[in-house]
Amino acid sequence: MFLDYLQVFLVGGVICLLGQILINFTKMTAARILVIFLLLGVLLETIGVFQYIEEFGKAGATVPITGFGSGLAKGAIKGALSDGFLGAIRGGLQAISAGIAGIIFIAFIIGLIAKPKTK
Amino acid sequence: MNEPNENYLKLVRQQMPKTKHFSTMVRAFLVGGLICTIGQGFHDLYEFLMPEMPIDGLQSLTLLTIMLITAVLTGFGVYDKIGAFGGAGSIIPITGFANSVVAPAMERKREGVVLGLCDNMFSIAGPVIVFGVTASIIVGLLVLIFRGWFL
Repeated sequence: MFLDYLQVFLVGGVICLLGQILINFTKMTAARILVIFLLLGVLLETIGVFQYIEEFGKAGATVPITGFGSGLAKGAIKGALSDGFLGAIRGGLQAISAGIAGIIFIAFIIGLIAKPKTK
Repeated sequence: MNEPNENYLKLVRQQMPKTKHFSTMVRAFLVGGLICTIGQGFHDLYEFLMPEMPIDGLQSLTLLTIMLITAVLTGFGVYDKIGAFGGAGSIIPITGFANSVVAPAMERKREGVVLGLCDNMFSIAGPVIVFGVTASIIVGLLVLIFRGWFL
């Protein structure tokens, strides 16, 4: 039990550490960092490496944005194999649709309620 | 526009705070690891409560939960402080994605709900979704091509 959580902490921590190294040495903005790690997730899932990282690190691999990338690729592959062309097109977005739809809804409500800080 | 003065640039570089590599990396590791561990905690809780739920359902619920928590923390201005401390540790987890949607939505609200709030929601998340969807379609088409050729 404790060891499981330690593995999650380690994998999640190392992914973020790699991101921090990128930021420190290239001064990249948040959007680029997110895109790079998302595409890394897509790549790792496509070549079949991501499942081993996920097996070891569980949420440590799926909570970082790499998990979103992996979900996209997994959905597209599954869709292409079961539904052909249409599946290849819609499979990726379908797999992460809960997260995208959820955050749009949440952000809209919070945005309406919350008071912005005056600058 | 005039070229910036050479001496001025030199002065700016001297005055710029030096990046503290070691401490930012340790903090990114700790914050990122902690966020993922909290995510695993929710995952295990949902698995305990709903044993018949498939694993992608559990993962989606976990992501929704920590994104909701992030959105509320962003609303209260707390996530900014976590971000200032954790650096990449607060950007790369899905919570950073959630923050990047909520924060501009809040800040630009005074420009109007449609053109301010809704328009700016995707200033950072937009590129992420565009690249993500494009990459997934390429992967899907590659699968189709290879299946057509080799099976």
